Amino acid sequence: MAVRTDTQLLNPAQPRQIGGRVSWAWVGIVPFALFIAAFLLYPAVSIITQSVQDEQRHITFGNLANLGDPFIRSSYLYTFELSAVTAILGGLLGCLMAYAVTVGAVPQPVRSGLLSFSGVASNFAGIPLAFAFIATLGNLGVVNALLGNFGLNLRMLGFNLYTFWGLALTYIYFQIPLMVLVMVPTFDGLRREWLEAAESLGATPAQYWRHIGVPVLLPSVLGGVVLLFGNAFGAHATAFALTGGGGGTRVVTILIGAQLSGDAQINPGLGNAMAVGMIGVMVLTIVPYILLQRRAERWTRR
Amino acid sequence: MRRRLWSWVWLAVGAMYFVIPLGATLQFSLQAKRGEMGFTAYRAAFASPRFVESFGFSLRVAAATILASVLLIVPTAYWVQLRLPRLRPLIEFCTLLPFVVPAVVLVFGLIRSYNRTPLTNSSEGLAVLLVGSYVVLSLPYMYRSVDNGLRAINVATLTEAAQSLGAGWGMILRAVIFPNVFVAILSGAFVTFAIVMGEFTIAFLLAQPGFGPYMNQVSSSKVYEPSALAVVSFALTWASIALLQIVGRRVSGPRLSGGGR
Repeated sequence: MAVRTDTQLLNPAQPRQIGGRVSWAWVGIVPFALFIAAFLLYPAVSIITQSVQDEQRHITFGNLANLGDPFIRSSYLYTFELSAVTAILGGLLGCLMAYAVTVGAVPQPVRSGLLSFSGVASNFAGIPLAFAFIATLGNLGVVNALLGNFGLNLRMLGFNLYTFWGLALTYIYFQIPLMVLVMVPTFDGLRREWLEAAESLGATPAQYWRHIGVPVLLPSVLGGVVLLFGNAFGAHATAFALTGGGGGTRVVTILIGAQLSGDAQINPGLGNAMAVGMIGVMVLTIVPYILLQRRAERWTRR
Repeated sequence: MRRRLWSWVWLAVGAMYFVIPLGATLQFSLQAKRGEMGFTAYRAAFASPRFVESFGFSLRVAAATILASVLLIVPTAYWVQLRLPRLRPLIEFCTLLPFVVPAVVLVFGLIRSYNRTPLTNSSEGLAVLLVGSYVVLSLPYMYRSVDNGLRAINVATLTEAAQSLGAGWGMILRAVIFPNVFVAILSGAFVTFAIVMGEFTIAFLLAQPGFGPYMNQVSSSKVYEPSALAVVSFALTWASIALLQIVGRRVSGPRLSGGGR
């Protein structure tokens, strides 16, 4: 804590304006700074430096070059597709639901119900969510039990929960509510006056959406989809529970985890390189998100 | 009118997506005995000593996380608001990092950077890493909530008043700031609790006997009990968020949500 002086006592809010004296105010955030350094900064830096070192700590780019390995590359591609598909589909349905409770003017309790539920459901991800989908779409699941009455099962219809689309359907469950939370404030930002002004100038609804609604919403929608993409790319537990975390999976987070738990062939450099690749993907998603968000705020700020 | 109709259609589609898996889990958890609905799976799940242990472990970890998070965040947020307002964007950025850094990468980085130190060699060290990681996960919610709570009170005036009565910094924090942001702390604590109780990735990779890893382990040998545990886990999340909503009505709480883990 900072040294307290009598002048500060009189004027605690403006210590910096005391003529010439060095401010010790920064001392107050040292614990927080140390914590961030120990639990975020140092690990991040050390992953990055280790990814360009071999086991004798010589500089090498071999680890990063290993990211070009066909299996690793196809894993990144697989995870990319999974994230993109779930971000787009989840984003679409999330948008439509956000539209319904804002512009669609359904009764207020439905709106607050959806918002509360979304707050909860976007936190549902993980092991229990995977169990829920196993109970629904798994081999012994409820849907198979229903189909069984007609002598059918999901496998005969070409669906298997433990493949790409099974993972995607499960991910979409936590993507939709996140999109709802992103989009409801944006739809609220669409002002009634704009619609009225457009209508009084003779615009059709299609023209209103084309020239006003969509351009205003677009940055938020894109930002939301990017956020969902990152959200899916970093997800681990849900995929782990569905795939069993075995070697056959191609979800990048599971491969990184396997480097730690000893399921996979341990190659410290490669693990670091994959983690760095992951950080790279996250930075590449969060930067456009921040830029889009900034643009979106132009309209949502009242 | 057509707009209203389509709104209901999309809401219905979404609601089905949300409700069917939950309903299926519930039904699945109740049909452990062939041909009848009952609580067999729940009884079996609760009777397991490993359940009691892992659940108790996660409860303790959640309590430690909330305590550490509060002790770290409240003084920091207070100090930034009082003395270092210019640093607020930086601090806020730091607290949002957990949305950028996936849990897997976080725990990977921790294990690799503290390799062959007491933090990874001893069970106490691993517990410290576990709680520390969860504090990281709690940052966005706790900081936002506490910061909002502090904004709602006049920090500078309260501090001056306390100082003029002769209170030191510890006294000010304990007797003035904490009680005034207690509701905000509570709402941050409920989200933290919900996150920690079901968390899998970090606990699993640090080889800690939490409830999340236990649930996953049960699923490899049992059919119906995992569903019962999932229902318990969902109920916990619901309860925490419901409490959050009730408490949060008195203060603008953390609306932002975390998502996939």
